[in-house]
Amino acid sequence: MMLVLLITVLMVGAVAAIVAGEWSRNLPRWIALTACIVGSLLVISIWADTSASSHPVTDGQWLMGFRKTWIPSFGITFHLAVDGLSLLLLALTFFLGILAVLCSWNEIRERTGFYYFNLLWILAGVAGVFMAMDLFLFYFFWEVMLIPMYFLIGIWGSENRVYAAYKFFIFTQASGLLMFLAILGLYFIHGRDTGVYTFGYFELVGTVIPFKTAFWLMSGFMIAFAVKLPVFPFHTWLPDAHGEAPTAGSLILAGLLLKTGAYGMLRFVVPMFPEVVTDVAVPAMVLGVAGIIYGAVMAYSQTDLKRLVAFTSVSHMGFVITGIFALNELALQGVVMQLVTHALSTGALFLLAGMIKERLHTRNIEQMGGLWGPMPQMGTIGLVFAMASLGLPGLGNFVAEFLILLGVFQAEPWITAVAATGLIFSAVYSLRIVGKIFLGPRKTMEAVSDFSVREMLIMAALTVSVIWLGLFPQPVIDTAKPAITELIRFMDVQSAVPDHESYVK
Amino acid sequence: MDKYLWLIPALPLAGFLILALAGNHLGRKSVATVGAGSVCLSALVTFAVGGALLSGMPENAVYTQTLWTWFEVGAFNAKITLTLDVLSLIFVFVITFIGALIHIYSTAFMEADRDYARFFASMNLFVLSMLTLVMADNLLLMYLGWEGVGLCSYLLIGFWYEQPANGTAARKAFTVTRIGDAAMAIGLFMVFQQAGTLVISDIQANASVIWQPNTTIVTVTALLLLTGGLGKSAQLPLQTWLPDAMAGPSPVSALIHAATMVTAGVYLIARMHAIFALSETARLVIAVIGAATLLLAGLTALTQYDIKRVLAYSTISQIGYMFLALGVGAWTAAVFHFMIHAFFKALLFLAAGAIIESLHHEHNMFKMGGLKDKMPVVFWTFLAGAISLAAVPLVSAGFYSKDQILWYSWAADGGSPLLWAIALSGALITAAYTTRMMILTFWGESHTPIGHQPGKRMTMPLVVLAVFSVLAGFIELPHNFGHFTLFSDFLHPVLPQTIMRENVPSEWLFQLLAALATLGGIFLGYYYYYEKPARIERLRRNGLLVGLYRFWFSGWAFDALYDSVLVKPFIFISKINKSDITDKLYTGIAAMTGEMYKLLSKTQSGSLRWYIMGLVVGAILILGIQIML
Amino acid sequence: MKSSVSVEVVVLLAGLLFALGIVGVIIRKNIIFMLLSVEIMLNASGLAFVAAGSRWGQPDGQVMFVFILAMAAAEVSIGLALILQIYHQHKSLDIDNLKEMNG
Repeated sequence: MMLVLLITVLMVGAVAAIVAGEWSRNLPRWIALTACIVGSLLVISIWADTSASSHPVTDGQWLMGFRKTWIPSFGITFHLAVDGLSLLLLALTFFLGILAVLCSWNEIRERTGFYYFNLLWILAGVAGVFMAMDLFLFYFFWEVMLIPMYFLIGIWGSENRVYAAYKFFIFTQASGLLMFLAILGLYFIHGRDTGVYTFGYFELVGTVIPFKTAFWLMSGFMIAFAVKLPVFPFHTWLPDAHGEAPTAGSLILAGLLLKTGAYGMLRFVVPMFPEVVTDVAVPAMVLGVAGIIYGAVMAYSQTDLKRLVAFTSVSHMGFVITGIFALNELALQGVVMQLVTHALSTGALFLLAGMIKERLHTRNIEQMGGLWGPMPQMGTIGLVFAMASLGLPGLGNFVAEFLILLGVFQAEPWITAVAATGLIFSAVYSLRIVGKIFLGPRKTMEAVSDFSVREMLIMAALTVSVIWLGLFPQPVIDTAKPAITELIRFMDVQSAVPDHESYVK
Repeated sequence: MDKYLWLIPALPLAGFLILALAGNHLGRKSVATVGAGSVCLSALVTFAVGGALLSGMPENAVYTQTLWTWFEVGAFNAKITLTLDVLSLIFVFVITFIGALIHIYSTAFMEADRDYARFFASMNLFVLSMLTLVMADNLLLMYLGWEGVGLCSYLLIGFWYEQPANGTAARKAFTVTRIGDAAMAIGLFMVFQQAGTLVISDIQANASVIWQPNTTIVTVTALLLLTGGLGKSAQLPLQTWLPDAMAGPSPVSALIHAATMVTAGVYLIARMHAIFALSETARLVIAVIGAATLLLAGLTALTQYDIKRVLAYSTISQIGYMFLALGVGAWTAAVFHFMIHAFFKALLFLAAGAIIESLHHEHNMFKMGGLKDKMPVVFWTFLAGAISLAAVPLVSAGFYSKDQILWYSWAADGGSPLLWAIALSGALITAAYTTRMMILTFWGESHTPIGHQPGKRMTMPLVVLAVFSVLAGFIELPHNFGHFTLFSDFLHPVLPQTIMRENVPSEWLFQLLAALATLGGIFLGYYYYYEKPARIERLRRNGLLVGLYRFWFSGWAFDALYDSVLVKPFIFISKINKSDITDKLYTGIAAMTGEMYKLLSKTQSGSLRWYIMGLVVGAILILGIQIML
Repeated sequence: MKSSVSVEVVVLLAGLLFALGIVGVIIRKNIIFMLLSVEIMLNASGLAFVAAGSRWGQPDGQVMFVFILAMAAAEVSIGLALILQIYHQHKSLDIDNLKEMNG
């Protein structure tokens, strides 16, 4: 019931915000903030509950669930469940939700009711995606995230917003459609074989599928997730969407929407098609490494700060896909860490970009420079997150990238060797960010003020989190552990089956 | 005493946190007290803990303290564990003791700077990271310190951030060392895959079980770790960042780019000597790189006119000596030279800083001159450092440490006459550029009026360091006279004895030649720059020599090479692809759809007769097909 | 009952009339003439219906013809009204001047 409440609180908040927006401009933001805070309290209570009574559900991996039939004639159930992985990502969702509301506090002045409606609606969709254990329901939430994001970019974005919004919409929608086809394929194959037509995750996960069919079905899922993640070469919507979105939009896009792609791979692709996954592991890792290097090189040449950070996301998400397909515990734990820490560090960089834009009215880093002088606090924080982005030990991203590379090294050493050049390139672009924005002579002489209290609060929360994760990452690792070991166990069982032939009926 | 180990890094950490969080609200006096005080206290704790460690030797030669588990995944675990044995004790001593002196010096040197608190915050963070590096019990924690010092180096080189050149130098330093770091990271992965652990003492103890001697795998592992060391220690081919790093304030150059951080590579190799001992190829590579670097950097130092760049190239060259020693298996000699070098090079940088400040930020030695009588304290202390750098026989500490390396470069197991010859010519060059620097700076006519004299807080550290630069050599005397080996005995619980070759000539001969090389170098410098400066003019007329001079002056054109081979292509590729070529695929699809739509929309002309024509032709076609089939 | 004219000839005549109509619609520029051509085509098809009805001895053909007649009447009245409006607006009945609805 708690899980349903998590989504309901956001949806109710969204409706309340749009209604309240009719009367007052400022009321919706308070409603949104309340909804996010209530949600995060709920997550904390779930966390406290489950860790106190050490796995009440017999399954081991699953901490909590909720199930109700929805459309029985098609075998569709309203089934939510969380394990450690979901819980981490849910916590992230609400944490970033609060920050997103706070950073929009003064930025958004028009149609606030509808704005916060969209914001909360996206969060509800994301939360649903992280909990849905029915493929139809999953697809439903997947689409729920999409449309409010389209509005967020298209209405409150900057100059080229309509183009960016279209591009975002078409990429995600088209790839989502492929996933839906794959879901239907899975549904019919399972129904034909067993006579039980159902969209339930736990039923479908064990479906025995001929290798060739499995490959195509997996591709359907994979493309949807790869576009969302994004994997090179499906990344081109990201710089546009990030560049034009409002600050909170970028924050949520980078922090949460990209993570749904990785979550989908971990939750659906790997357990459902283990055989195919091991088969395509090397090409997928190569794509990941290509993304790492390509994103980093692209980031170096950008002059638009938000596009630059968007390309660093491409680079960091390359680590994620490489890690997922290394298929061992080290790399997968690294992936989970990377999801959390990338959300924090890149989110923080987008927030900084937004704050600088509020002050200088530009995103062009060629027009910045020397901002350390008037804004030492922002400079320090900017430095911390640039360092996080280049993977400085002591900050969360290092733990993630180290584990991923170490895990990948166990699987394919040469891929790690190539990926490690990403460490050099990330230093190159991160230092360029710091150098162009904060160092050097001042380019503009207008007075700029350092952080306000609200901004300080946002950035301090992020800074403390990223340092904390860098020095004490063990709680995150322990939380994700049951889910990861389950995944590994699953892979081991599958690989115990000697060859493809035994799969084909 | 081992439960107080954490205090050594914790004190600078506390200093850093106070200064970073509240530095702008503190007065200058409190900033100086916190900044320098934290490191001084840390030095005191080091003395106490180190004393306890020594008195407990040899039964209790290692102190370890586990603070918390960093992370643990499957078979991998990394703990935040500090460890102190005699090797790390020497490094910790140098870091905290010299660090404290430099901090005291900085309180006066940076007095007028706007960002006083930021300076000390960064310096304290550096001391913390450097201590983490040398006290780490596993390679991952060492890597944390390793990257941390890189960050601090970046921050402090670019401390005066308003000049773009400083920012560029800082970025260069970070990027070039990062290349080494990336290789080192791969080295860590290899070590973990083969050893199953990153705990240094476990690897050291079991190295001969884990790896077969001279296999490819151990050589590759050793070379990857070495690459990390090459980056940090500015050895060939990653040496280009250090001269530019002189853009930072002089105390920074003294602490980071002379005494401590740049010797991290030496520490790494000495620390992991068990792996390097297993690969002859790797050791040969180290020795060759060290020899090549010391020669190349020494010759470059001869041509520089910026006093700090002379010192920077001399640092590269001296670290080359340490690498040479490590390569031939003279582990203790390398560490000994590290310690002596830390004393005299920190001294030289601090003294140079004092001169530069007094001369209104004049770096050019040709514009100095005649400072002998005007700045006596600086002169005498600088002289102490210089004789140590030039290795003047018997009276300087540098002689004892360098002589040992020269001797081992022939006589040790990995040594050879060629390596020795290079090292010997390096000694001659060192003496020559040191003399040139001394004469240009302190003798002759004065070219720039001096501002104010350095105060007590600046001269006191100079005097202390000068005393050490002269006297510290006596703790380790050559085998043939005195045979007093306090230092190497002290290190032998950690570092093995140097294996000697057979049938080597008498050590006396080597000492004599080394002394002659030094004196010859001094004479050359004296002759060309004091006795007959006109000769230089004559040399300038020789086109070949001028070309050679230009080549050496540019640091053997390494910068230009890297610029055209690596940097420019990277920027070029990056810039031409700014709008992302892969996006063309998608915009291409979109454009194609648009074109198709335009093509089809042409048929809708609005002309009724055209439509009817279409209808008729269509009907005929369909009928025709129907009839045909 | 035997007809003196064979049905083939009548259908051929209807086809010729229909083709004549089409050609008229295509080559004429004046809308009124185009409307007349359409009428010819309608009558051609009516003729074909009648011939077919008499060939099979069914009343359906004649029913259809009456139907077409009624429709043609309606069509002509609406068409003429439209033409009148077009003439009012454009002062022209030339179809080539009325190509406003193009893509």
